[in-house]
Amino acid sequence: MSSNKPRTLFEKVWDSHVVQRKENYPDVLYIDTHFIHEVTSPQAFNGLRARGIELARVDQTWGTADHNVPTKDQHLPIKEALSRHQVETLHKNCDEFGVKLYGLGHPFQGIVHVIGPELGVTQPGKTIVCGDSHTSTHGAFGSIAFGIGTSQVEQVMSSQCTLQNKPKAMRIVVDGELQEGITAKDIVLYVISKLSASGGTGYFVEFAGSAIQGLSMEGRMTVCNMSIEMGARGGIIAPDQTTFDYLEGREFSPKGEAWDKSVAYWKSLPTDDGATFDAEHVYDAADIAPMVTYGTNPGMGVGVDQSVPTPESASDKKALEYMGLKEGEAIIGKPIDYVFIGSCTNARIEDLRAVAEFVKGKKKADGVNVWIVPGSKQVEKQAIAEGLDKIYAEAGFELREPGCSACLGMNEDKVPAGMYCISTSNRNFEGRQGPGARTLLASPLTAAAAAVNGHIVDVREQLATV
Amino acid sequence: MKYTKSTCVPLKIENVDTDQIIPARFLKATTKEGFGDNLFRDWRYDKQDQPIADFVLNQDTYKGEILVAGKNFGCGSSREHAAWAIGDYGFKIVVSSFFADIFRGNSLNNGILPLIVSEEFLAELFTDIEADPSTTLEVDLESQTAWISGKENNKQSFEIDDYKKMCLINGYDDIDYLLSLKEEIAQYESNRAYTFNV
Repeated sequence: MSSNKPRTLFEKVWDSHVVQRKENYPDVLYIDTHFIHEVTSPQAFNGLRARGIELARVDQTWGTADHNVPTKDQHLPIKEALSRHQVETLHKNCDEFGVKLYGLGHPFQGIVHVIGPELGVTQPGKTIVCGDSHTSTHGAFGSIAFGIGTSQVEQVMSSQCTLQNKPKAMRIVVDGELQEGITAKDIVLYVISKLSASGGTGYFVEFAGSAIQGLSMEGRMTVCNMSIEMGARGGIIAPDQTTFDYLEGREFSPKGEAWDKSVAYWKSLPTDDGATFDAEHVYDAADIAPMVTYGTNPGMGVGVDQSVPTPESASDKKALEYMGLKEGEAIIGKPIDYVFIGSCTNARIEDLRAVAEFVKGKKKADGVNVWIVPGSKQVEKQAIAEGLDKIYAEAGFELREPGCSACLGMNEDKVPAGMYCISTSNRNFEGRQGPGARTLLASPLTAAAAAVNGHIVDVREQLATV
Repeated sequence: MKYTKSTCVPLKIENVDTDQIIPARFLKATTKEGFGDNLFRDWRYDKQDQPIADFVLNQDTYKGEILVAGKNFGCGSSREHAAWAIGDYGFKIVVSSFFADIFRGNSLNNGILPLIVSEEFLAELFTDIEADPSTTLEVDLESQTAWISGKENNKQSFEIDDYKKMCLINGYDDIDYLLSLKEEIAQYESNRAYTFNV
């Protein structure tokens, strides 16, 4: 599949993984790394059993328990029977098929998209899949990573390949300087608000430009994490020194000579000059304000200093009704009941540090519940080692144990019906954080500022007064 | 599925995400059966588990094997449970002007046709169903065309790749196909330019 024509990062990685290409057929794409968790794997394991076959590559398969786990008293058995059964089924399946599993109590346990990168399993140039749409997170390393359904989980388990139509390529360039207090989360919420929740459908998106290159690995992961929220199959960012520095020395990163060879290969991956994209969008970083969503999909977001826009369709109107918001209503000043800082979007150590730095010496507003949920055991350990837990405790913030937590209503952490939650997670869908819950997506900084004030504020003004 | 003719259930909402099709709290099963009972659970039932009268699945007026939905159907979570719920409920085809990618793949992998039609055709279909709930849609997979019964002069052609078309028509299995490529896959593994440590 080699050619002299300039190629994109995405094309280089995709084409080097095609086992078979036939016209009018999907590509047979080889998968380097398969992450599994308790929710989307049991039916696939049943499929293997029914066929009487083994897992194709156990060495390339990694399991963790995250969606159903409680974030309190993880040393005790899971109280909810169905959740417990699903996690136990994962343990049984991984045992039977020989899969490495970081279950509850393991020092590497955590949200699948947090542990892959922090363990160095996620690497540039790889193809990575998981039965979870936010697998797009791993694209931050210059890998092709995307979410798959359970039938495809079974495809990968049985053959290490999956049938995929090659998506079109889009480039989103964010150039220039970000204002103070603007984070990766604001960048991606801004882009989705411009492109809509379906603007990236059919595409794999390369994020580029000085504002993207200037992000840390954590920030890049936040951006790629939410590429699925514009409908894109995944996001990808060219690997560079920031990527290599992040990976060096991690548990499963290549070592010694293998490291040098790997870096040399990774340096060949970025998009060639002159390579073409099927679509391209360019944004100025300076235009981006702290973003907050007001509706029921992540594309329904505005700058914090804006007001709720006029609904354009019956679906938009329905969204405002669900949210209990009116057109023309200011975002600033909106009282909130819950603050959730966590999820595969924003539960990395950098997110927790940013929150701690902001709230140090401050207190949460009365009547607001604040949940800080680290993305993994390692993040939790690091946060405690740095004393962040004490800062949170003084502020009245609750530091819980790792898991998907209040991002989705599968575990015990739910936002009650009608309540407003400012959340660093990725989805504001109806009922996502619990039936009737009203979610406003924002950055960890904006969420922390709302926790302290009891309502939404412009974090830029708060930083100016520090 | 070569040819289907059915009345339709209209769901005139855009950006229907898979959290609405099947909320997360119903994803705890470890088998594929029974998800239809909770299809659109929070739009279909109130907090006391009583059917919400004006939701379309609770109206006797609308029945059929075809669900017609607004654009960007199936966005959000990759949960295949959404396709299982739609199939288990009895839908064989979902019509929209636009589907989210993962949902589209999941549907095809479960024998459900995500039928992509133009905005104009979708609008006409909604109008016809609202005017007359006995409106039927005919879908011919072989010729890749769909039309509203009685409006054969306005056939909508749709795209589907040859492989998926063959799978839908023959009930063919992706995994059988991949397992038949064992040698090619082994060859790829031994030849690839770069081998990852893990």
